[in-house]
Amino acid sequence: MTDTNGDVRLSGISKTYGSFTAVHPLDLTVPQGSFFALLGASGCGKTTTLRMIAGLEEPTTGTVALGDQDVTALPPYKRPVNTVFQSYALFPHLDVFENVAFGLRRRGIKSVKKQVEEMLELVQLGEQVRKKPHQLSGGQQQRVAVARALINHPKVLLLDEPLGALDLKLRRQMQLELKRIQTEVGITFIHVTHDQEEAMTMADTVAVMNAGRVEQLGSPAELYENPQSTFVANFLGTSNLIEAEVDAKSGDEIIVKAADSKLVLPAARCSAPASAGGKVLVGIRPEKISLTHADDAGSIPEGRNRITGTIADASFIGVSTQYVIDSPVCDEFAVYVQNIERDGRLVPGAEVVLHWSPAHTFGLDANQDIDAGVESVEEEAAA
Amino acid sequence: MTTVTEAPPLAPTPVEEPRRPRRRGRLVPYWLLLPGILWLLVFFALPMVYQASTSVQTGSLEEGYKVTWHFATYWDALSEYWPQFLRSVLYAGVATVLCLLLGYPLAYLIAFRAGRWRNVILVLVIAPFFTSFLIRTLAWKTILADGGPVVGALSSLHVLDVTSWLGITAGERVLATPLAVVCGLTYNFLPFMILPLYTSLERIDGRLHEAAGDLYAKPFTTFRKVTFPLSMPGVVSGTLLTFIPASGDYVNADLLGSTDTRMVGNVIQTQFLRILDYPTAAALSFILMAAILVMVTLYIRKSGTEDLV
Repeated sequence: MTDTNGDVRLSGISKTYGSFTAVHPLDLTVPQGSFFALLGASGCGKTTTLRMIAGLEEPTTGTVALGDQDVTALPPYKRPVNTVFQSYALFPHLDVFENVAFGLRRRGIKSVKKQVEEMLELVQLGEQVRKKPHQLSGGQQQRVAVARALINHPKVLLLDEPLGALDLKLRRQMQLELKRIQTEVGITFIHVTHDQEEAMTMADTVAVMNAGRVEQLGSPAELYENPQSTFVANFLGTSNLIEAEVDAKSGDEIIVKAADSKLVLPAARCSAPASAGGKVLVGIRPEKISLTHADDAGSIPEGRNRITGTIADASFIGVSTQYVIDSPVCDEFAVYVQNIERDGRLVPGAEVVLHWSPAHTFGLDANQDIDAGVESVEEEAAA
Repeated sequence: MTTVTEAPPLAPTPVEEPRRPRRRGRLVPYWLLLPGILWLLVFFALPMVYQASTSVQTGSLEEGYKVTWHFATYWDALSEYWPQFLRSVLYAGVATVLCLLLGYPLAYLIAFRAGRWRNVILVLVIAPFFTSFLIRTLAWKTILADGGPVVGALSSLHVLDVTSWLGITAGERVLATPLAVVCGLTYNFLPFMILPLYTSLERIDGRLHEAAGDLYAKPFTTFRKVTFPLSMPGVVSGTLLTFIPASGDYVNADLLGSTDTRMVGNVIQTQFLRILDYPTAAALSFILMAAILVMVTLYIRKSGTEDLV
């Protein structure tokens, strides 16, 4: 990890098509050997960014560097980078063996047999060597595409929505498979996806992109626990966002007022400038919240953030029950409660108190669309 | 999971209802085929049988022809006209190669580089068909006329010296030489090469080019290893569509050639329409057909495109 010779460095890279800006000037460093995900809805510029690294798209401004080498001006066939294309782009006239051997042969390597066989072993396709791509299943084609790229030992492997064409079960399986392969070969993977769960399962570092910009970059847990914008908060999982007014700032805590409740959040977890009287958005993840019937409100420990409300809807999911709570601060408050001991009184119409630890609260700048990222998740699900 | 469990109850409904329309519907394809089958019977199969019987007849115009199973006609026709056969194959072969060399870059351009001009260029490729084949070939007579600009230019560039030395032109003339005939054939059959090439090139997924480039193939290697192999169905159908009609053609040799450039088509035409030796003409037709069939079969086997098409 300390070796920086294989780092991918994008400096001020951007891409415009006529008057449309696909990628705004972007600085990004992907450390060698990491599994990096570019996550975003379709049209956010993630694939364009990937294609600029591959050399398939020429950046309008900025440079692409691999380690110490500036590769911006190099055509794709001169870059030590390989791509796993969306829908694979396997050569239909060549069998599995020749598809995988393609890159080696182009570099003038004569004895490819051993390497190809080892690579097909790695992706568990040893039996299918002489089959043509159209005789393989989607998952097998996907493995061929990975093998065809990996056999060249690129400095970076680019994956453009590689699992998009697979069904859900196979996708889960291939996520683990790709993660295993990455750990085994230790090559830098840059993975483009619109599936937040996929990005979080596989990647060490995730960059969330929106409208041609990186909204936030960090480890999956960091992004999830401490989102810096409403887009990230809504795109990664579900967030309850409450419009609140800053009441006071005491030490490392910020006290805010929303309707009739006072809420506390750690100053370190507030990405917005908070001064008394200013507005902030207070966020809390649905699974961090506990639900107590109003009759038992006295048993809630001191020091927790609390909000009162009425259960509007409850759906039993199995491991958890998902409630929608109608409260004065937010009319569709989502709460996920683990089904450990179910309180029979928690049915639609019941008066409840929502409470959670202040440490789980985060604060966002109020000058942004509170619903950013919500629609894009739904669009992807519909598509 | 829900889709799996819901599937069985859906199944019985479609089975019950459409039974009646389906039985009647089963015959519809055959009724639709009938006109075509009748057409082929009357205008293809019957004439073939008639020609076959003509080729084994003997007799004369005055006494009438009778089927005498005189197969010697075939041997006589072949031994007398083999130079014309050979010439047909040669001219058609050269014209096909020229068509491929001219047509491939053009088809490539239309398929990958033409952008919004694609349809315009395609229309231009087909535009010559709006004029009669004969008129277009006659136009070439003017283009290649003695002392005309083309011949003048070729002469001053000393191209004609080279071609005369090769024996494909004669002195200061291009008209009435093999070169003129091959030019005519190439021109007339070029669209039959371009269109199938274009169709198969256009079907190639552009991402395959990107993938090849990504896997260290230089642009020309990408062409050699990916584009060209994938366009083989187009190359095969284009060469067949050019070679087969070109080898039976007689208009180009008739209008642009001389007695020294007669192709087998010219011989068949003369035998049928001027000498009125029907058995020889029929025998020549069958030999030509058989020769083309054999060549085409070998060619398709060799190019191994069966599983690409």
